[in-house]
Amino acid sequence: MSAPVSQVPPAHPPKISLKNVHKRFGPKVVLNGIDLEVGRGESLVVIGGSGTGKSVMLKCILGLLHPDSGSIRVDGQETTKLRARDREKLLHKFGMLFQGAALFDSLKVWENVAFGLIQGEHMPRAKAKEIAIAKMGAVGLGPEVGELFPSELSGGMQKRVGLARAIADEPEIIFFDEPTTGLDPIMADVINELIVKCVKDLGATAVTITHDMASARKIADRVAMIYQGRIIWTGHAQDIDHSGNPYVDQFVHGKADGPIKMQVRAL
Amino acid sequence: MGFLAATGRAFLVFLEATGKLGLFTIAALSHCVRPPLYPRQIMRQMIDIGYYSLPVVGLTALFTGMVLALQSYSGFSRFQAEGAIATVVALSVTRELGPVLGGLMVAGRIGASMAAEIGTMRVTEQIDALSTLSTNPFKYLVAPRLLAGLTMLPLLVLVADIIGVFGGFLVGVYRLNFNPSSYISRTWEFLEPIDVISGLVKAAVFGFVVALMGCYHGYHSRGGAQGVGTATTNAVVSASILILVWNYLITGIFFSTK
Ligand SMILES: Nc1ncnc2c1ncn2[C@@H]1O[C@H](COP(=O)(O)OP(=O)(O)OP(=O)(O)O)[C@@H](O)[C@H]1O
Ligand SMILES: [Mg+2]
Repeated sequence: MSAPVSQVPPAHPPKISLKNVHKRFGPKVVLNGIDLEVGRGESLVVIGGSGTGKSVMLKCILGLLHPDSGSIRVDGQETTKLRARDREKLLHKFGMLFQGAALFDSLKVWENVAFGLIQGEHMPRAKAKEIAIAKMGAVGLGPEVGELFPSELSGGMQKRVGLARAIADEPEIIFFDEPTTGLDPIMADVINELIVKCVKDLGATAVTITHDMASARKIADRVAMIYQGRIIWTGHAQDIDHSGNPYVDQFVHGKADGPIKMQVRAL
Repeated sequence: MGFLAATGRAFLVFLEATGKLGLFTIAALSHCVRPPLYPRQIMRQMIDIGYYSLPVVGLTALFTGMVLALQSYSGFSRFQAEGAIATVVALSVTRELGPVLGGLMVAGRIGASMAAEIGTMRVTEQIDALSTLSTNPFKYLVAPRLLAGLTMLPLLVLVADIIGVFGGFLVGVYRLNFNPSSYISRTWEFLEPIDVISGLVKAAVFGFVVALMGCYHGYHSRGGAQGVGTATTNAVVSASILILVWNYLITGIFFSTK
């Protein structure tokens, strides 16, 4: 645990701030003192190896998992000790694209996209359907796809439906868990631009997890790298190639040699 | 020492599970009575539980009534009490066999499917997704199922009562050569409202128990396909056992002879 720590602070006041957040599953320590701030209207990209706790971190912020200790604030409000009803109110601010899309398989695609509008905001179904079809258009899915069920879609299409669902009710804070994984390079770039647009046009605060460096460069205002349950580096997106941090260097350039050792044995 | 420790551990696990179930039940009940409710979801569950269980429950009741008539005939004829068959069929079906067998069949059909559906939603993060879309999973998933179970099972059992008695009638008239009108009047003669009502109360409790077990085990399932499989098994087994236990308790409450 001698990784050098450098922090570039975001614009103040922060929209989300994590202080010393710990989370373990049984003996397995996943988050080991996460410190992170995300500014209002900022797009933060979190990078880090597989299984280092990126998804767990997002779920802790949402309250889907409870951190063992530490403080998580959203708009200055401490969220780790919220009661169920206040938590529901807080979650109104959030939209999330899950890594596995997590579409409701008993509902049609358009009903998935319109779900937050119909159930959360009590919009009439006809109007919600119009908006849903518009959002699906933005992720490159025609209206005919809306009548299908999620199980009838390809993996990449499911991801895009998940994305449309996450942005449909124009939340203040949007989390994207690997939005471009499983997409072809062209569609990936379309999605990158869509995410940028969400942040610029809606003024949303975005946290994106990705392994795709092209995507990170395009989306990010700032980049944070997670390693062994801590944020070991944060910096501006343009500094990512000369971070001066060997861990970040290795990750960004995708080299097997370096301070990060993969737990693999030769065949 | 080892034995004591093992017993103690088992006891603690039991207490923890009971506590967890208790909290789950309270949370679920509180969402059943607090708006917003989801009428579409409630309707869907009512149709699933009430309408689509009709064939299974109806067939069960029909054959139960028929076999009851046959069995009591062969038994009662030993002491020339064949005349009591209609009454025995009516009482057994309305008080006991309608609700219990109906409940068990529904536990197998509905409890399993609820646990599988909610369990799959859990392991594919759909339940997490619900929360991020400003929808309380208890309200959206659990409450409609509990309400549907509570209301639809009595209706199902009422139908089962009628079909069961009719099954007895069929065997009585066509196989044992009873006079139809005297069989029917025998059926009514000793049947009291409390017989049917106690059966319907049982049905409501069983419906609630089946839905509760399905939701509880599904909601807490973990892992992947295997976890969902375990949840399904646990839902059916625990619902069936609870049905038998509650059946005894409710019978005790209604018909305790002091
Ligand atoms: N519900 C859970 N129960 C037990 N362990 C878990 C659970 N969720 C995550 N973990 C563990 O936490 C670690 C981090 O998981 P997480 O999903 O956050 O990884 P990640 O950084 O998102 O990886 P990837 O890039 O592959 O998605 C993993 O080692 C995983 O085994
Ligand atoms: Mg992940």
